[in-house]
Amino acid sequence: MSPGSDGRSADRRGELNQPREALLAIDDYRLAFDSFDGTAQVLDGVSLRLAAGETLGIVGETGCGKSVLARSLLRLNPAPPARVVSGSIRFEGTDILTLSEREMRRLRGRRIAMVFQDPVSYLNPLLAIGTQMEDALRGQHQAAGEPQPSRAEARARAAALLASVGLAEPARLLDSHPHQLSGGMRQRVLIAMALAGNPALLVADEPTTALDVTVQAQVLALIAGLVRDRWLALLLISHDLGVIAASCARVAVMYAGTIVEEAATATLLREPRHPYAQGLLAAVPDLDRPEHRPRGIAGSIPNLLRPPTGCRFHPRCERATERCRVEKPLLREVGPAHNVACHHA
Amino acid sequence: MTALLRASGLAKTYALPRTAFQPARQLQAVAGVDLLLEAGGTLGLVGESGCGKSTLARLLLRLTPASAGRIVFAGQDITAMPEATLRPLRRRLQLVHQNPGAALDPRLTVAQAVSEPLVIQRLARGADLRDRVAALLAEVGLGAEFLGRFPHELSGGQKQRVCIARALAPEPSLLVLDEPTSALDVSVQAQMLDMLAELRERRGLAYLFISHNLAVVRQVCAEVAVMYLGRIVEQGSAEQVFGAPRHPYTRALLASVPRLGGAPPATAPGEPPNPAAPPPGCPFHPRCTMAQPACREGVPPALVNGLACPVSGAG
Repeated sequence: MSPGSDGRSADRRGELNQPREALLAIDDYRLAFDSFDGTAQVLDGVSLRLAAGETLGIVGETGCGKSVLARSLLRLNPAPPARVVSGSIRFEGTDILTLSEREMRRLRGRRIAMVFQDPVSYLNPLLAIGTQMEDALRGQHQAAGEPQPSRAEARARAAALLASVGLAEPARLLDSHPHQLSGGMRQRVLIAMALAGNPALLVADEPTTALDVTVQAQVLALIAGLVRDRWLALLLISHDLGVIAASCARVAVMYAGTIVEEAATATLLREPRHPYAQGLLAAVPDLDRPEHRPRGIAGSIPNLLRPPTGCRFHPRCERATERCRVEKPLLREVGPAHNVACHHA
Repeated sequence: MTALLRASGLAKTYALPRTAFQPARQLQAVAGVDLLLEAGGTLGLVGESGCGKSTLARLLLRLTPASAGRIVFAGQDITAMPEATLRPLRRRLQLVHQNPGAALDPRLTVAQAVSEPLVIQRLARGADLRDRVAALLAEVGLGAEFLGRFPHELSGGQKQRVCIARALAPEPSLLVLDEPTSALDVSVQAQMLDMLAELRERRGLAYLFISHNLAVVRQVCAEVAVMYLGRIVEQGSAEQVFGAPRHPYTRALLASVPRLGGAPPATAPGEPPNPAAPPPGCPFHPRCTMAQPACREGVPPALVNGLACPVSGAG
């Protein structure tokens, strides 16, 4: 079967999500990075659905393409080197891949907002928090071609946003500089800024990875509360299955630019079907079960300049057969809302 | 079992210079820590960023001079030992860093990196050196084909293996592992933990294992010390500390770890305070749900029977 003919899997997945109309629909999305060494096929036919108010986690290891996928939703991958090979990303019915940069700016930070791993890098150390938030708020109105709020209006809205993410004394915080804030406070500020445009979709890329575990728990609780109260759809990227289990109803496992399994989080944790998903779960040490020895996955992630033929996991897979070497497995239904891309699952 | 490393009353105070915004201050990074590590033992040091666990490791390795206290290694007081006398002992105390990429010189091949400690300590030369380097690499699961490679040709896991081979070269009796798997993917981390367990068994090594990842510490360590703001607040066997935690901070720390398939993590209020301006009394009292008026004043509670909390100890 040729790689271009897997629209079938997208159709089937569409049926599964019939009751709710998709807010976000990614179909057979392929993204390549061009370099002097050749073309890396970074995302290879990714299809995903996300309904309003739904929470989806994307888990995978370094280089699996999860952050590239997250950035694709805001078209933040610099092109070149990034090049869309095929597919569509429909958000609220519009394929964002066809939008002009100007139209994209209206969407970015408004209907779709993003929170990143390292809050320090996304705050200007020289400007007070209030100045940065006011600039962002006014910039959003400018991008939308609406009259800009006055500084005073923007400041009042910034203070309200800070209060909505559980920060005390917002007025004083507006006059603070980033270095005066703790890591957890900075991430809350960035979440507040993400909420400014009243988004329908929040994309969070490793939002708690730089935080201590007690602060991580607070930020995860904050995100869960916002998702519930604001009917936000959440796409949470993480390498930590525990973080995803705490925040997301559904989870997709990525490996080498493909989604290998997608299921309700509880289902995936209980009965993973794809050999990679099984390996990933077996590798996580369990704090409450020290007698469970974590097992590694032999081999290492493939070089995407020369990805393996067929199933991209086959060189590391104990169950690989000749078919896995030649034929790329498509996502197929193995249970209710449970899809696996493996010939043997 | 004999004591390999014993620290008593160990402290490190940094002087923060006066700036345009603040007067000169003192930052107590480590405050009166007592530790005992037996030969072949495993001690885990856990705590959040800024709690002083890495500073404590540097003190124990004599990479930073202590402000107060005593360090006895292999029966010798190394607290103020002159560098020349200390040098032969340094062989037996080795450190593995968190970031293997930064710990390796990009211009040295794997063979050169692993040879370096053997050459510097005059432990091997010529054919013997080559054989020992190859044997060390084999011990960490890297074949002879890696000898001529440079760090940029290695994966993160392979780099960390090279760092461990290099640390093993002078035949240490203690390895200090500072977040050795934090930069690695979970599937690679599992392989690394297996390898560390094998090495310890084969060589009778003692590990001082520093990590913020409690599940990893539970896999590796028999003994655990929990640090908060420069002090050990709870210490004991891994079973006791993880299975029946007594200090409110240990409980908060354990409850905030996201579990697979469990309830969402419980949250403790607040964040670790600034070590340059610690609260009076028990350092954890501003975040503690059990805090009594007495916890808010005076000096921090001392570690008694492995617990620095009179309130929770009495209850």
